[in-house]
Amino acid sequence: MDAFILQILNGLDKGSAYALIALGLTLIFGTLGVVNFAHGALFMIGAFCAVTMQRILNLSSTVIDETQKDFLGNPLKVEVPYVESWFGEAAGAAIQDWSVPLSILLVIPVMLLVGWAMERGLIKHFYKRPHADQILVTFGLAIVIGEIIKAFFGANPIQTPMPSAFIGTVDLGAWMGFDPGSVAYPTWRLIYFFFSAIIIAAVFAFLQFTTFGMVVRAGMADRETVGMLGIDIDRRFTLMFGLAAAVAGLAGAMYTPILSPHYNIGMDFLVLSFVVVVVGGMGSLPGAVLAGFLLGILQSFASMNEVKALIPGIDQIIIYLVAIIILLTRPRGLMGRKGVMEE
Amino acid sequence: MSNNNFSRRGVLKTGAVTAGGLMLPTYLRADAHAGYTNAPGDTVKIGFNVPQTGAYAEEGLDELRAQELAVEHLNGIGDGGMLNTFSEKNLDGTGILGKKVEFVTGDTQTKSDVARASAQSMIQKDGVIMVNGGSSSGVAIAVQGLCQEAGIIFMAGLTHSNDTTGKDKKANGFRHFFNGYMSGAALGPILEQEYGTDRNAYHLTADYTWGWTQQESMQASTEAIGWNTTETVLTPVGAGDFSSYIAPVLNSGADTLILNHYGGDMVNSITQATQFGLKDKQVNGKDFKIIVPLFSELMAAGAGSNIEGVFGSMNWNWQLQDEGTQAFVKSFGEKYGRPPSGSAHTCYVQTLLYADAVTRAGTFNPCGVVEALEDFEFDGMGNGPTFYRGADHQCFKDVLVMKGVPSASGSDNMVGYDTVEIVEVTPRAQVEYAPDHPMFAGGDLGECNPGA
Repeated sequence: MDAFILQILNGLDKGSAYALIALGLTLIFGTLGVVNFAHGALFMIGAFCAVTMQRILNLSSTVIDETQKDFLGNPLKVEVPYVESWFGEAAGAAIQDWSVPLSILLVIPVMLLVGWAMERGLIKHFYKRPHADQILVTFGLAIVIGEIIKAFFGANPIQTPMPSAFIGTVDLGAWMGFDPGSVAYPTWRLIYFFFSAIIIAAVFAFLQFTTFGMVVRAGMADRETVGMLGIDIDRRFTLMFGLAAAVAGLAGAMYTPILSPHYNIGMDFLVLSFVVVVVGGMGSLPGAVLAGFLLGILQSFASMNEVKALIPGIDQIIIYLVAIIILLTRPRGLMGRKGVMEE
Repeated sequence: MSNNNFSRRGVLKTGAVTAGGLMLPTYLRADAHAGYTNAPGDTVKIGFNVPQTGAYAEEGLDELRAQELAVEHLNGIGDGGMLNTFSEKNLDGTGILGKKVEFVTGDTQTKSDVARASAQSMIQKDGVIMVNGGSSSGVAIAVQGLCQEAGIIFMAGLTHSNDTTGKDKKANGFRHFFNGYMSGAALGPILEQEYGTDRNAYHLTADYTWGWTQQESMQASTEAIGWNTTETVLTPVGAGDFSSYIAPVLNSGADTLILNHYGGDMVNSITQATQFGLKDKQVNGKDFKIIVPLFSELMAAGAGSNIEGVFGSMNWNWQLQDEGTQAFVKSFGEKYGRPPSGSAHTCYVQTLLYADAVTRAGTFNPCGVVEALEDFEFDGMGNGPTFYRGADHQCFKDVLVMKGVPSASGSDNMVGYDTVEIVEVTPRAQVEYAPDHPMFAGGDLGECNPGA
């Protein structure tokens, strides 16, 4: 039973990341009609915003310490972070410790700007082009972004630790009436799950309860009519692209303590997220979220030794297998709407 | 009426023959003169085939730094590095057999097919006489096979699978790096001493040739000291999130997790295992322990503080105090501002060993080089007295048992380099094995191929 609960938690955690990326993908597809293969790159840029914040907080002045030697026997160059010089050693260290949560302050403006620049600079020229062209250009863009990141940050994964207050596990077993320690789950993963839930709820609330959101939803349903009412729907859709980029960026930044970011991390998530979107139903926001969690949980269960003993290799193919079954039985996906991607 | 003797057919025939001749790969044309592939002219060209993009790019770029340094030293540039400490004194800084050394580089991308294509291009288009480098056993085995067919010497880089000099060994291929068996043999006694004889080990293993042989070796060495193997689980290479594989470890009854992972997989799996609280866990009254059989500096940098207290093994480390190591670290450190990694060391040494073998053989003919390297004893290259065994072309030398520690210098630039310390230099005799050992059985070295 405890193994079962642990895999559900793992699935929810993985599903959170899938759902956040798929939510952004669906937003872009639903508003702009663009199949954005560079969406994984936005997740990666968000992750590297966390790395950048870490590096900013680690900016240091160099002091030569004659009492210590480096590996070549020369006097050691000791780096003293500016935050420690300005705020004192303890406060400076605490600020550095919280670099990942603090990176949210960097992620939101950077991602809005990146999203805006991407849409205005490149993607808007492909609105009236076939989906194949959109896929090619956005895929190419993803490769370019990946190589730029590699040129700046190198190819190795970069350790981006969580605040030390969140190191360790939460003993959920004791809360659930099991043996203490039997269901211990990493604190940061639980935080990531709740963080994702808040972001998803905020996006839905924004679309549901604001005038801006109402116009966007109307535009998603019937772009022409909204335009005829004198509303500049294109401008709002550009903002939605920025919002989708920010959601992907936040997902990436907060995921860095779980998965050390590297220049290819976006590609790892991209394919899975597209499957999530297709399974959820093209253009369906609740479908993307539902499918994200569903596939995350299924993937976790498929990795269990008992399951793999019955069907070897199932952990590698489960997501695609489920996608095939769902598309065969429900061609529009779990919550797909009629008419979307069917013309 | 025309007086010239050209006919349309004649011109076509001559043109076709000339074009065909020009289109012949360089190595086929060279054969006619020297009796072996890519005989050098005034200069000798060697090929460095390393991952310059992809998951192991940092490792590959460090190999490339060391290879360039080796070429400088062979050509008499710089302080000479290990040429000054090498027990053989045949290399004098005038290139190889008086020919200046040039090099070309290829990008393996850590993909076997790409690595083969890259090596093939270096052999056919650039006319290299030897191929060196690589950061994956899958790649090494693929390129080794290609070099055997083409009649080129392959001096392997970082390849740790038993199969490279086991069932996939080739006469034209040589491995200086250690292997999975040696890691197991070196780690076994230390693990017994540190953790006792009553342990239950759970293996997570990368699902390819290196992972399989690493797991087999660790399983054999830990079972030999009385440990029980609770479970062995294969994980996909590049899985990223290993939580689904780590969660079952928690309540499996295992008290030790052996991560047969390398590169980004190791960075992620050890980080996530730490986050799941495994290092703070107690099972059956014992502290839970994590073991990573193969360490590298660049991997340790990615793992950060998660590697603290974790045992592993290395082929070589810059912290060794012998003359050869110090000479290499000084050369490399002054040129690049950082210590060399283990993979940089092995590629540097392999380049010098090849050059020395050619000099001793007095020929670039691969069969002469093979003969010179087989059963060759040397010293002064950082690993103590070393033996290149003729039976399988595996190098035998001391192996390092390492342990993750907090950074001694506190410098961010040294994370990975000073966050692992040498626990023991395991003597060569302890990691030796017979050429027909079951873990290495099934292959055939075959005959050397000069390519002619």
